Amino acid sequence: MSLHPPDLHPGEAAALAARTASRAAGEGVAEVAYARVDGPVGRLVAIATPRGLVRLAYELENGGLDSVLDVIARRLSPRIVEAPASLDNVRRELDEYFAGRRREFDVPLDWGLVGSGFARRVLEAAIAIPFGATSTYRAVAAAAGSPNGYRAAGNALGANPIPIVVPCHRVLASTGGLGGYTGGLERKSLLLGIEGDPGGGQLALATDG
Amino acid sequence: MPHLPPFQRFLDTQRDDVLRFLVAAVGRHDADDAFQETFLSALRAYERLQPDSNLRAWVLTIAHRKALDIHRARARRPVPVPELDDRAAAPGGEPAADDDAAQGDHWERVRLLPPRQRAVLTLRYAANLTHGEIAVALNCSTEAARRAASDGLKTLREELPDVPASA
Repeated sequence: MSLHPPDLHPGEAAALAARTASRAAGEGVAEVAYARVDGPVGRLVAIATPRGLVRLAYELENGGLDSVLDVIARRLSPRIVEAPASLDNVRRELDEYFAGRRREFDVPLDWGLVGSGFARRVLEAAIAIPFGATSTYRAVAAAAGSPNGYRAAGNALGANPIPIVVPCHRVLASTGGLGGYTGGLERKSLLLGIEGDPGGGQLALATDG
Repeated sequence: MPHLPPFQRFLDTQRDDVLRFLVAAVGRHDADDAFQETFLSALRAYERLQPDSNLRAWVLTIAHRKALDIHRARARRPVPVPELDDRAAAPGGEPAADDDAAQGDHWERVRLLPPRQRAVLTLRYAANLTHGEIAVALNCSTEAARRAASDGLKTLREELPDVPASA
């Protein structure tokens, strides 16, 4: 034998890296923590800063985990670690919501990907729509201070970085159609179903162009 | 314009090499702490890094400095040094029972070399850096890195079987 690298036990470096990442988040050395959360809508990537939940991404619809994290690294900070413990509260609230045991989310939000303009007011108007109810793009635009800005409101909702928790799925077309959804219309239907609108989504799918 | 990768991806990519280097450089017992300190330091400095930097050489340079700290602390507070296993050192002796033990002996002996030789051999053979990268890490010339490797190997060859013939 010669002077070759020491052997590592299987999983040894991975476990150590996980401990390091968790410490980095716990001690505030990392600026962004993420965790993957599975639910009836598929796999989500939950991403938080010390201020709150900043992104909840449908993993597959956004090009996979790497692609989701690349955007955060560019727009917020590259100091990102996987730290499931830092997102325990988000995971718990999502689990409760999917199980029908939670009607409102209490986790703090970070609007870092939204800014403070019209888009932010639109998303806040969406938060004001209660569990089990729906609204329209026009009504949300009006609530955000621009009654004629329903197209811009649609764009803001389509770009919602924190779907489910910011319930853009409760906003429908004025014609009664489903409108659009960042996670695809099947998921919009599914979420409305969880909130007690049995089959409403199916009917809308058939009538919306 | 290039961007730094998310830190988690950098950590996942480099973790094996860094841990191998640290196990060789300071031994298994101290490698865990040194590993965590290395990546926490890297995370603190991460945004000051140029996106097109050699990330692997950069993090191994940090790991090397952590290893150096540990060796300095040991020098200030001496502990008994492990003895070489006679079986591995004696010509014609029985081969060591398993690779792990034999390997451990080699790196244990490397750890007793003068600091620059120790650093060059661990960075070269446990972390697979080039002499050029090692020179940058140690802030010396490539020639000096090469010479230190050669001197270290010469010492090892006098005591241990099957150490590579050249740097």
